Amino acid sequence: MSKLNSRIPEGPLAEKWTNHKSHINLVNPANKRLIDIIVVGTGLAGGSAAASLAELGYKVKAFCFQDSPRRAHSIAAQGGINAAKNYQNDGDSTYRLFYDTIKGGDYRSREANVYRLAEVSANIIDQCVAQGVPFAREYGGLLDNRSFGGVQVSRTFYAKGQTGQQLLLGAYSAMSRQIGKGNIQMFNRHEMLELVMVDGKARGIIARNLITGEIERHSAHAVVIASGGYGNVFYLSTNAMGSNVTASWKIHKKGAYFANPCFTQIHPTCIPVSGDHQSKLTLMSESLRNDGRIWVPKKKEDVEAIRSGKLRPRDIKEEDRDYYLERRYPAFGNLVPRDVASRAAKERCDAGYGVNATGEAVFLDFSSAIERYGREKAAVEKIDNPSIEKIRDLGKQVIEAKYGNLFQMYEKIVDDNPYETPMKIYPAVHYTMGGIWVDYNLMTTIPGCYAAGEANFSDHGANRLGASALMQGLADGYFVLPYTIGDYLSNDIRTGKISTDLPEFEEAEKSVRERIDFFMNNKGSKSVDHFHKKLGKIMWNEVGMARNAEGLKKAIDDIRALRDEFWKDVKVPGTANSFNPELEKAGRVADFLELGELMALDALTRNESCGGHFREEFQTEEGEAVRDDAHFTYVAAWEYNGDPGKANLYKEELKYENIELKTRSYK
Amino acid sequence: MNLKLKIWRQPNASAPGKMVDYQVSDISGDMSFLEMIDVLNEQLIETDEEPVAFDHDCREGICGMCSMYINGEAHGPDRGVTTCQLHMRKFKDGDTIYIEPFRAKGFPVIKDLVVDRSAFDRIMAAGGFVSVNTSGNTMDANAIPIPKPDADEAFDAATCIGCGACVATCKNSSAMLFVSAKVSQLALLPQGKVEAKQRVLSMVEQMDKEGFGNCSNTGACEVECPKGISLSNIARMNREYLSASITGDK
Ligand code: SF4
Ligand code: FES
Repeated sequence: MSKLNSRIPEGPLAEKWTNHKSHINLVNPANKRLIDIIVVGTGLAGGSAAASLAELGYKVKAFCFQDSPRRAHSIAAQGGINAAKNYQNDGDSTYRLFYDTIKGGDYRSREANVYRLAEVSANIIDQCVAQGVPFAREYGGLLDNRSFGGVQVSRTFYAKGQTGQQLLLGAYSAMSRQIGKGNIQMFNRHEMLELVMVDGKARGIIARNLITGEIERHSAHAVVIASGGYGNVFYLSTNAMGSNVTASWKIHKKGAYFANPCFTQIHPTCIPVSGDHQSKLTLMSESLRNDGRIWVPKKKEDVEAIRSGKLRPRDIKEEDRDYYLERRYPAFGNLVPRDVASRAAKERCDAGYGVNATGEAVFLDFSSAIERYGREKAAVEKIDNPSIEKIRDLGKQVIEAKYGNLFQMYEKIVDDNPYETPMKIYPAVHYTMGGIWVDYNLMTTIPGCYAAGEANFSDHGANRLGASALMQGLADGYFVLPYTIGDYLSNDIRTGKISTDLPEFEEAEKSVRERIDFFMNNKGSKSVDHFHKKLGKIMWNEVGMARNAEGLKKAIDDIRALRDEFWKDVKVPGTANSFNPELEKAGRVADFLELGELMALDALTRNESCGGHFREEFQTEEGEAVRDDAHFTYVAAWEYNGDPGKANLYKEELKYENIELKTRSYK
Repeated sequence: MNLKLKIWRQPNASAPGKMVDYQVSDISGDMSFLEMIDVLNEQLIETDEEPVAFDHDCREGICGMCSMYINGEAHGPDRGVTTCQLHMRKFKDGDTIYIEPFRAKGFPVIKDLVVDRSAFDRIMAAGGFVSVNTSGNTMDANAIPIPKPDADEAFDAATCIGCGACVATCKNSSAMLFVSAKVSQLALLPQGKVEAKQRVLSMVEQMDKEGFGNCSNTGACEVECPKGISLSNIARMNREYLSASITGDK
């Protein structure tokens, strides 16, 4: 039986959230002190949730596998955070942000959730400024904005190329304050390895102390999973090395449905792969597409000459360049959404126009922007008849002020100066829109278990717009979850402390220990990374930017075979009772090996192209995606039943009452 | 290129450690330093030895988790980068590379190259925040204009990644650069100004408790800081501290 009840409140769209908040059950302050909440993950969603819940008076236990909550990978988000403030007076509004997000997500997200997100977005900026987040400002002292892909207004707030860092440090500060007060107990270097359920409710977790190897029991009245996305199933991604699906996968196996696992975001502007040694990929912020123009040569002979180093990019004449995004999508140009930009890059490279040795790179060129800004600056500084060198110098200063850290990062990695020659970029796995299914209250299909931020599926449909991840993480953690969780916890005020001596804890602990013992005693012949890399190749080739039925079936077979091999032959050195990163990785890769299959199955079942999910069988002659609203306007929610390849599918129909379903066009 | 590595191995906090010799070959200049260590570790797993434990996560210079002391310098020979952003092209074929953990009384070794930097978290918990709840009804973000130079300066201080290279570099193991960066960021903004005095007193008190040394203005920390956090933050913190202790009003 499906448990999918989205609990979307009654009433007109714009009033749903306010109504809901005023009718929801609350827990009074004295009772909050009697309630424990576990938060797994300390990124924007987990960090902000932990801080807010503690401020409200709940007793919070927060967990992260890193050595400090400040390391969570939200820290690496670069470009910015959206908010419908309309400070630029360019016609922005809650409705427009809502509309852009639904459209950007290719009409595969829930109206009510997205509207709420747009509604609370403005508060996030107020909140962060109050916390001392140093956003970029204009000379008048007011906040500055920039534009991101898929929209025609400027609503993105930023702190150079380190917006995620500044927002996360804001949330970390708020957490630190509560840690100091004793309202949050922080467990650094701890990894959640199992969910404990008592009487059908989430009542705690089993965690491993990563320093001593001790297995610990922690009880609570509710468990919040905010452990991020699962992009590392591809091995190479812009995620941090430790980013993993384990917490999400554990709750999935205990009954939380996994929604739309095939919706992954391949980000168009990343530094291309340089060789087999590569351990991760680095993003170059989408904000660069404000000023950078993307192109490849029009002529194959120029491509050859560039690859062999006979010609430099700047030797290619203007008329011999193919600014393919501007050509194909004149209305949005270089600022089309990420899925569209990524596919267009792949199309050119597949056609043989890739500009590096591997044939998998396109140019992101700042020379026009450098000149344009240079001329502006020369005019402001009243420099008469500036030379072209002077103009370029001035322009470079402007670019440096805007993107300095990104340019430096690029130069360190590639050993090439992007002020002088265009960057080379290629799409890479970046974000996962899919995730744990949640209702309007962010509760999963397990009572008392919540999912927030990238870990849930809720707001981005089949494609996330740039600068919306930070918005969603903080919205969930600061403004949604702290209220909605009360609705459930109001029934728990008389429960009292949950004992960790219950048989359910014992059993969960036993299963964790068994798995660890298995790894330690397996004595196989191949390292964990060996399997992870193989899985990554399968995923990238068959479940990546373009998919087809045949390839997906092959992927399923290959993943199953690889999984068998992994269990037979994986080798984990060291001991269980010590700091052992290989053991940590083994557990994570074991879960990726199951998730990968579910992703392929989900992609195979969705016979349409939408957002980041592009099925080659479903495209127009010009290569544009063909969505099938008649059959696929639903959220695919998968229930685990012992074999990821045979998971049960439940469908949550998506109803569009405020937006007309349209073919997405950025032309 | 082929390289000789001398790496600090220490099984746990209480056991003694020592430098151990290793060899890696076929290292390409495009590899990051950590990718070179990955190669070594795969090699060690192959031969049933225990891989070298080291801290890392983002591998793009922003999380602050990586922390190696390479050839006598925190984060190695390149400037303005973390260990994960250091590339092997900075080394030559045949080089011998010394790799040690960040050493300081406040950062006890956990294993091999991994150290415990939770002292930084405790300093933050002592006062590294603005006391405002996440009610969502604070005033409008544009209600108080902030002069751009102040906002920019606060931002520069706020880019500290909490890696601890400043401490590892300092001959006194002082944490002044780290602490002053947070103190400055918040003191420069009107929102943080309100509690500035209390903050500097509490954070400095906690810093002293954690066993970090005094600042003798040598400036080595600024040189090795991967984010270019400026010494002027320390001067600002000293002023804040002095005025807070003189007035005594917390
Ligand atoms: S001040 Fe610099 S060296 Fe010290 S912790 Fe911050 S970023 Fe690292
Ligand atoms: S691994 Fe994150 S800064 Fe080096």
